[in-house]
Amino acid sequence: MRERFASGFDPFVIPFLIGMAFVLGYCLFGMLRIWFQLPRKDRRKVVLSLITPKGIWKNVKDIFANCLLHVKLWKRNPVLGYMHSSIAFGWFMLIVLGHIEVWLFLPERLRLFYYPIFFNFFVAESESTIQGAVIFFLMDFFLLVVLSGIVLAMIKRVRSRIFGMRRTTNPSFLDRIGLYALWSIFPLRLLCESFTAHISGGSFLTLPMNWIFRQFLGNSMNALPTWWAYSIALGVFMCVLPFTRYMHIPAEMMLIPLRNAGLHILHPRKGFARLQFFSCPGCGVCIDACPMSAKKENIKDCTVYLNRQLRRGNEERIEQISDKCLLCGKCTAVCQVGVQGPEMRIAQRMLRRYAVNQHYTDIDPTKFVPEGGSSAKVLYFAGCMTHLTPAIGRSVRSVLDKAGVGFKMMDPDGGLCCGRPMMMAGRREQTRELIRINTDIIRASGCNTLLLSCPICYRIFKEKYSLEGIRVVHHSVYFDELIKQGRLKISGKTLRKLAYHDPCELGRGCGIYEQPRSAVSAVGTLVEAEKNREESICCGGSLGSLSLSYEKRKDITLASLRNLTVADPDTIVTACPLCQTTYGNYSEIPVKDIAQLIDDASK
Amino acid sequence: MDFGFSLSPSSAVNLDRTDMSLYEMLCDREPTARTCIGCGSCSATCTASAISGMSVRKVLLGIQRGQYREVEKMLSHCMLCGKCTMVCPRGVNTRHLILELCRLYGNSEGEL
Repeated sequence: MRERFASGFDPFVIPFLIGMAFVLGYCLFGMLRIWFQLPRKDRRKVVLSLITPKGIWKNVKDIFANCLLHVKLWKRNPVLGYMHSSIAFGWFMLIVLGHIEVWLFLPERLRLFYYPIFFNFFVAESESTIQGAVIFFLMDFFLLVVLSGIVLAMIKRVRSRIFGMRRTTNPSFLDRIGLYALWSIFPLRLLCESFTAHISGGSFLTLPMNWIFRQFLGNSMNALPTWWAYSIALGVFMCVLPFTRYMHIPAEMMLIPLRNAGLHILHPRKGFARLQFFSCPGCGVCIDACPMSAKKENIKDCTVYLNRQLRRGNEERIEQISDKCLLCGKCTAVCQVGVQGPEMRIAQRMLRRYAVNQHYTDIDPTKFVPEGGSSAKVLYFAGCMTHLTPAIGRSVRSVLDKAGVGFKMMDPDGGLCCGRPMMMAGRREQTRELIRINTDIIRASGCNTLLLSCPICYRIFKEKYSLEGIRVVHHSVYFDELIKQGRLKISGKTLRKLAYHDPCELGRGCGIYEQPRSAVSAVGTLVEAEKNREESICCGGSLGSLSLSYEKRKDITLASLRNLTVADPDTIVTACPLCQTTYGNYSEIPVKDIAQLIDDASK
Repeated sequence: MDFGFSLSPSSAVNLDRTDMSLYEMLCDREPTARTCIGCGSCSATCTASAISGMSVRKVLLGIQRGQYREVEKMLSHCMLCGKCTMVCPRGVNTRHLILELCRLYGNSEGEL
């Protein structure tokens, strides 16, 4: 390989250089801005996670698997996965191979930033080319891979259903410019390299094309304008990148280390949250996933649109979207980059200032401490929702009696709220006070196990209370243990088909999927809903939504019921009193709590 | 001079002179507030009622009668648990109503 131009420069590289300088400058500035928005404690956490070999390995592995190979997308839909990884990984390999070419043939040019990208323009084939044949082949191969991805991307614009997506986002104006620039980059590259293939060498793709072009194009005057076009396409793509959804490419690379360091969202516009909404690729997977999208008017309230509005700073819409969400967490469960929709919304709700602030300082915890001997080591906290569905509370107590478990009630005549609804409304101070009072009551009771029959309570007791030495357990898990230990005898196992619904707070919230299923299987025949476990659909009754009214929730509940009854069950079983009540309003078949089911079947 | 007793302020409600602006503002933000029939289901289930006498029914009545101090006391112990929303036969979104009222308080021209 030898150089064609002694200067190693041609003006056509300028658009590329401008784009590159702009995007690098923008990303560097953005990174620093986010870094300094993080609290000192979080920055320390990140630095500590980055200096251990284990931390570095995890970050490298995650970035490679998620940003280049798109492993999560492959699991979701292979065609969608191929489309993304072919473009991302193929492009990455073209850049890497370009650098290897320069390093092999003209190592002194490696310091020129643009050289590896436009290598074929600047060089001419010589006798030593045979060494490069493998690389030429690989270059053409990866170019073909990227081109196949681009073709799929074009098909996706027209028929998104092939890719397993019913609905997708409407790209904004700049998104479209970025999209068309991205689409044109690789066909242009193929043309450029084909025009110069007889000079600089090529392989199975570029050499035949070069031959075809030479049949009807007598001169090589076409080469330079095409290289100009290629450079301009690259420049345009990089100049609009910060204002389009393609910002997710650089942002995700920073998001992964920060997430691995265990950061939390504290402010909806700053630091970690800012990085999250820039990492949103706007793919719209969350639209199909969102239970609210059962009603068309709610589609614009999905997390992908929250991210868009946060980037635009549209305060009014941000407030509306934040209030409407059910906080079921399904968008996070399906999100490819792991944008935490519910946490962002809670952070937004935290910003609000109220004229009347609730306070509980005058509540005396000692008044709520349960009576009864200290022999009973299990403390049962029914919680607000179970008090509203007394049948569930009765069944829990009956099952405990049958199994011979000594217990006492924490709130026999109604106690205090666990604090989770306050937390979901973004009122941290009030949540903290409720947690403090409840902790005092639990500590004073002398128990070693806290039993809960409501997943809403269970989640906050698990996540936010510091109850060292006390086991916090949900009744579905506890009853499953009692059955397995043989303390609870199941007598009436039926052949009835039971569909189990994963409550949001218990499943996605706390990761409990198997124990309730095992308990249900002990009683009857378990059938699954169409979407289950991480992808179960919220019943629509969630306390997470502040502004959705009762009537507007009806369609959500009906859609969720349709999902639950695909296997034609005889009874719907859930582990949450709120889900039971919500389904009970509309379901044609009986809806039971797991406690009622076990109580009926045991002796 | 301490006589061992004092006069308590009048609790008479003059419906002609009460300011409905707070109620109207609330209804703008949470339209279901207008559909309340005052059945009292919310009062019966309320977690905070034992502590502060909280009752959404009374809150709605109170702001229409100008009893702002009483309403503020009731609101002060709400835990947003949502039982009132679940039992409401008219589908009043009580939690949103309470949060919006807590935000609006003080914006109103009524004496607070």
